[in-house]
Amino acid sequence: MGARGRRSVRKKASRVSARPADTEWPLWEVFVQEKSGAPHEHAGSVHAPDGELALQNARDTYARRGPVTSLWVVEARHITATTPEDSPFLLGPGPDKLYRHPRFYKGSKE
Amino acid sequence: MNAALFEYALRLGDDRLVLGHRLSEWCGHAPIVEEDIALANLALDCIGQASQLLELAGELEGAGRDADALAFLRDPTQFRNCLLVEQPNGDFAQTIARQVLFDTAGAHVLGQLAGSKHERLAAIARKAANEVRYHVRHAREWWLRLGLGTDESHARLQAALDELWPLTRELVTPDEIDTELCQVGIGADLRATGERFEREVGELIAAAKLRRPPHPAFAPSGRRGAHGEHLDHLLSEMQCVARAHPGATW
Repeated sequence: MGARGRRSVRKKASRVSARPADTEWPLWEVFVQEKSGAPHEHAGSVHAPDGELALQNARDTYARRGPVTSLWVVEARHITATTPEDSPFLLGPGPDKLYRHPRFYKGSKE
Repeated sequence: MNAALFEYALRLGDDRLVLGHRLSEWCGHAPIVEEDIALANLALDCIGQASQLLELAGELEGAGRDADALAFLRDPTQFRNCLLVEQPNGDFAQTIARQVLFDTAGAHVLGQLAGSKHERLAAIARKAANEVRYHVRHAREWWLRLGLGTDESHARLQAALDELWPLTRELVTPDEIDTELCQVGIGADLRATGERFEREVGELIAAAKLRRPPHPAFAPSGRRGAHGEHLDHLLSEMQCVARAHPGATW
């Protein structure tokens, strides 16, 4: 589930068809919120024929132990992701562009 | 009163112990890994409920038997589960039909027991009712998908319904113990459960475009310890380790 999920997202990003084999249900990415107001964080993925069963499968797989306040599922094909080739220029700001970090301001001590 | 209540707690506990064991038989065999996990979760809920109910039964009996002794050291004729829950898993449609039919009645019984005058029973029922809400939701979603899916899934669900339907009478037919405990505000009113069951299952049958089987004549048997051969096999598997190593701990 989890590892397969990540692989599939990457595949899609590199524009290779992520269509599952005919016998396989679509992949859904699962986001779990652990307390009210907290962000929904990616927990892994499940296969399911539709949203309701994806929610149920997500609940059984990722929400049975710790406290969970909310679950989201989204079909993986709806996620647009970067590719490894994208990263040098899309994700490249990096630590060498110091002027992008607002660390030269002297803030109030309060 | 305690004798009736002991029987009553056994019925509730044995239903869930046997159903939980049946569901656990899917572990490693379900159609997909997600459903494998879902069925195992249902099984664990059922066994947890059974453990509390049998613990209560043991205390009511006052003969020093705990939940383990009741679960693992009784013979088939001493079990009080309804016949529906001991039916083999069959195909996935049969497992789902069994779950929908049992939980539709069971959820209503637990809802009533949550307000029982017997506080321990009420507390167990409240926790169980909350768990069963999910069982109902999960099983009904599958019921609809199988009923409205392919010709084959529809035919399999119809076959499962035809086979299991006669056994549902036992879920909603009160005997003297049910009547006695209902009158004193401890047990559930199975007639009310029966009315609800008719309505809800009728809606589910219609929604999944299934045919409603006829109601045959019925005499309760599981509640009196008259079981089918299936329970013998189930118990011999479930109990063999506990019986081979009495008192073992790990």
